[in-house]
Amino acid sequence: MQTFVRTEMLTPQAPPVTERGVVKWLRENLFSSALNIGLTLLGIATLYYVVTLSLPWLLNGVWTASSLTECRSIIAQNAGPDASGACWAIIHARWYQFIYGFYPPELYWRPVLAFGLLLVALAPILFGDNARNAGLLVSIVSALTILSLFLVNMPMWLFLALSAGLILASYLAYTRLNLLWYLTLLYPFLTVWLLWGGSLWGQVSIMAGFGVLVAAYRLLSPRLGVPIATGIGVVAAVLWWLLLDDKVAEAMQHLIPLAITPIESDKMGGFLLAFIIGVSSISLSLPIGILLALGRQSDMFLVKALSVGFIEFVRGVPLITMLFTASLLLQYFLPPNTNFDLILRVVILVTLFSAAYNAEVVRGGLAALPKGQYEAADALGLDYWQAQRLIIMPQALKVSIPGIVSTFIGLFKDTTLVTFVGLAEPLRGITTIVRADINWKGVYWEPYLFVGAIFFVVCYGMSRYSLYLEGKLRTDHN
Amino acid sequence: MANALQTNMTQEVAIQITAMNKWYGTFHVLRDINMTVQTGERIVICGPSGSGKSTLIRCVNRLEEHQQGQIIVDGTELTNDIKNIDKVRSEVGMVFQHFNLFPHLTIMENLTLAPIWVRKIPKAEADETAMYFLNKVKIPEQAHKYPGQLSGGQQQRVAIARSLCMKPRIMLFDEPTSALDPEMIKEVLDTMIGLAQDGMTMICVTHEMGFAQAVANRVIFMDQGQIVEQNEPREFFNNPKSDRTKLFLSQILGH
Amino acid sequence: MTLAADAPKESFRLGMLIYDTRYRSITIQVIVLILALLFVAWLVDNTRHNLAIKGKDIDFSFLWRRAGYDIGQTLIPYTNDSTHFRAALVGLVNTIVVAVIASILSTVLGVVLGVLRLSNNWIVSRLIGVYVEMFRNVPLLLWIVLIGTVFSETRPQPKDFKVVEGVSKASMSLWNSVAVTNRSTNIPMPMLDRPLPAVGGIDTSLLFIIALIGGCIWVNRLLLRRARIVQETTGIRPVTWYQSLLVLILPTVAALMAMGFHLEYPVFKGFNFQGGISFDHAFSALTLSLTLYYAAVTAEIVRSGIQAISRGQSEAAFALGLRPGRTMSLIILPQALRVIIPPMISQWLSLTKDTSLGIAVSYLDLRGTLGGITLNQTGRELECMLLMMLIYLILSLIISAFGNLYNASVKLKER
Repeated sequence: MQTFVRTEMLTPQAPPVTERGVVKWLRENLFSSALNIGLTLLGIATLYYVVTLSLPWLLNGVWTASSLTECRSIIAQNAGPDASGACWAIIHARWYQFIYGFYPPELYWRPVLAFGLLLVALAPILFGDNARNAGLLVSIVSALTILSLFLVNMPMWLFLALSAGLILASYLAYTRLNLLWYLTLLYPFLTVWLLWGGSLWGQVSIMAGFGVLVAAYRLLSPRLGVPIATGIGVVAAVLWWLLLDDKVAEAMQHLIPLAITPIESDKMGGFLLAFIIGVSSISLSLPIGILLALGRQSDMFLVKALSVGFIEFVRGVPLITMLFTASLLLQYFLPPNTNFDLILRVVILVTLFSAAYNAEVVRGGLAALPKGQYEAADALGLDYWQAQRLIIMPQALKVSIPGIVSTFIGLFKDTTLVTFVGLAEPLRGITTIVRADINWKGVYWEPYLFVGAIFFVVCYGMSRYSLYLEGKLRTDHN
Repeated sequence: MANALQTNMTQEVAIQITAMNKWYGTFHVLRDINMTVQTGERIVICGPSGSGKSTLIRCVNRLEEHQQGQIIVDGTELTNDIKNIDKVRSEVGMVFQHFNLFPHLTIMENLTLAPIWVRKIPKAEADETAMYFLNKVKIPEQAHKYPGQLSGGQQQRVAIARSLCMKPRIMLFDEPTSALDPEMIKEVLDTMIGLAQDGMTMICVTHEMGFAQAVANRVIFMDQGQIVEQNEPREFFNNPKSDRTKLFLSQILGH
Repeated sequence: MTLAADAPKESFRLGMLIYDTRYRSITIQVIVLILALLFVAWLVDNTRHNLAIKGKDIDFSFLWRRAGYDIGQTLIPYTNDSTHFRAALVGLVNTIVVAVIASILSTVLGVVLGVLRLSNNWIVSRLIGVYVEMFRNVPLLLWIVLIGTVFSETRPQPKDFKVVEGVSKASMSLWNSVAVTNRSTNIPMPMLDRPLPAVGGIDTSLLFIIALIGGCIWVNRLLLRRARIVQETTGIRPVTWYQSLLVLILPTVAALMAMGFHLEYPVFKGFNFQGGISFDHAFSALTLSLTLYYAAVTAEIVRSGIQAISRGQSEAAFALGLRPGRTMSLIILPQALRVIIPPMISQWLSLTKDTSLGIAVSYLDLRGTLGGITLNQTGRELECMLLMMLIYLILSLIISAFGNLYNASVKLKER
């Protein structure tokens, strides 16, 4: 029998030289076997090929020139007659069109402010439970927005007022984050007003419609119960919008004029348009998607059948057919002589499209919930909607956020398809217009690279965020 | 003798580990391990989590590589030579904490896979061996089900039978009962005791101190990647020498 | 005891429609039904009015009238005298051709990339990571438009390939066999000197070759089955790979040689290339970009599929003495496939829908014919869009039906 007692514990030693450092790393990661050596050589060859092909082109790039011919002559002068080089001058000359479309340059502050406020309004949603992160986000965004506002044309007094407002928002985000929720609620109306301009009273009176709904609900629900009160509220709001909305807005405008320069929809383009369609569709589609997901889970045959039918239909056809429906068919389905904005029509159809995808994501989130959660909610005596609102949805949505972000990335990339119904999105719409310019005829890599790079930054950033959330969810649950 | 079990210990060496060291990156997980296992010996290794006990037995069939020192299993030294590794692995069976049965194959296919592809045994013969060992672990009726249809305890017994089908000379157990519900632990331990009675050479990482007292010839206590104490079970439990061992035993026995 | 007497005598009250669990679900369903019917009626009524205002009706007879336009790529007989229906059919075939080819190519490329991404070779795995992120995070449309533009704007015109006094402005690539002009890619066409006689307009040589390959595959399966039986009885698996290779390749090569197989190279004659096979750039750009884009997506699916199989599985196989190759083929792949195939099927589905982006390079697929030129010529928006959506829907449903069948057949049995 071997017996043994250690009296003195051994201290850790450093690994032997052959087992550490660069040599070991190289041996394990690049040269561990014949196959691996082959792969390494192949990888290096590919890298070499790509770099030798693109690096001179990038380095020889010209930033200031007035036409492609001038670009080429400068490159020939600098780097020799056979050298290739990028003509970044086209980006330098036309970048604003890729970003703002045909928006009047003196009003660029409006989209800039709208975008800045979007991130501020998102802060309570993204970091509602963490004032420090929300404050950080809002401060950074405010600083960048103030900087951008400083760079575009605008009256000095307005700049100072807006800067003060943004600084106040940063302060509120740190101290009283809940107040920012009001901005989040107001944001849709504010942005529509900022981007399209016109009378502020139009937006206010649309908001008033929601006020009517809430008031009716508050007044009637104690007496008539939730479903009937909601029904009456909706009817009242619809009546308001159909009958009184315009008149009230007009009257108020007469009384107190509050209008800024109106901008037509055909002036919207570039990434501005992509963001308008992407952000409005995803935010509108989320509630519809949740309802569809609940419908699909429902025990009621009819509700379930309608939801499944809608989801499967939308997921079965290409987005492009939905867009053509917006541009060609919607005019048939709506009452005669209703003729509304193409952007709005596209937003409606894209919303329906992404609602079906969001519904599937949320359904996944619902399926991931343990059955005990439903039973616990029932046991507490909550009714269906209370259970959904207080117990089920907060958990299911949390699990679904990475999926929703992925849907949004897909949707944001798909906004480029609106070019086929004649909207000037950045990728093909604006690029085609720019390339049609006689000065820049023959340029193709540079504008596509520029647009692609912006898409890449936005989408890659969001996918990282979604990965971070997934990781966080996993640790939360363990 | 330490316990009631008969031991046919010969002076034949099954495993010889000499001055073995292992690092994960720069972390020194196993420090100067020296250990000899005779054929027929039953060794229990215990120690706090992160003490390197699982890593040690995983080195014995080279699921982990060691960087210094020597491991000789049944006369074959473990080096980078694939032939040696193959030889050792077909002589050494291993049972894992999470069973690691192949979920896409039936119990029967799980049991016959390695004999057919590694030992090159005709299928009929492999089937016969498989049924023999399924009987031995007392679940012959589950032969044509899939692992997902069995309870945890049954799965672990299948995993033991799967290793036995390779007719190993040495068995390694890596915390075989720690993923099981309490009522299933006994059925697995009974299977292992049966194996010990048949004279199998066993190294078992476990916290089942009852099992150690009933079956082991020797208990090894590890901490911080080194062997701190080893002794025959009665002495080990009743009269621990090292402070670390005393502390560990007081924690694990709960008084 | 008035309370006890009251309880069973339950008369129907209006409120029970909402608050009684027995009636509640029926009430809600009736309301939903009424709302849905009202909505549909509203849509139909609007449509009727709008059609009346425009003096239109719903009529599918236009499908049988003369189309009057040409289609560049026709895989079934079509002239501009054919009907709109025929044109739609040609478009559908074009859609399916791109979908099938791009699915196959992207799957093959994606699997290779996904496996390489997992290799422990640092440089290769990083390069593939860059490739995957680059393609996934940029709109597919960008690749289609960019590749289409590069093809049509950087390549020389066909006439530049004309040899004048021993020189030409542009030269063909790959040993003078492939010519990429600004309109199309011309590659050699396989031809037979001594083809089998055609019977009733059917190419019997092609049929023969297909049948031969099918036969070879069948013989190979027999061979493998025999190997398995030998293994089961003796325990030793006979070495079969060289026999398989012979059986699979030799007969086909021999038959092709006997029939006088050769390649017909594209040659510049007159104004364009003659002979060989010519692919429109619309087709090439669409197929290429779909392939590259979906290969990136597939690579991610394959990578995560293989990673989803726990390390314990390969460790258990190693501990039993199985070599890494066998572990891969017997343990990891069969399990990884179950994880990989369902998302792959939904990728093929998205790819099929995304073929409609061929509009960016004017590829005449279903959208281009039925939903494009036919729609514009006849002004039948409702009918064309309805038909087109229906056909896409059916394609999608067929693909997902296959997916569900597969999933049901390989589902792991659990308690």
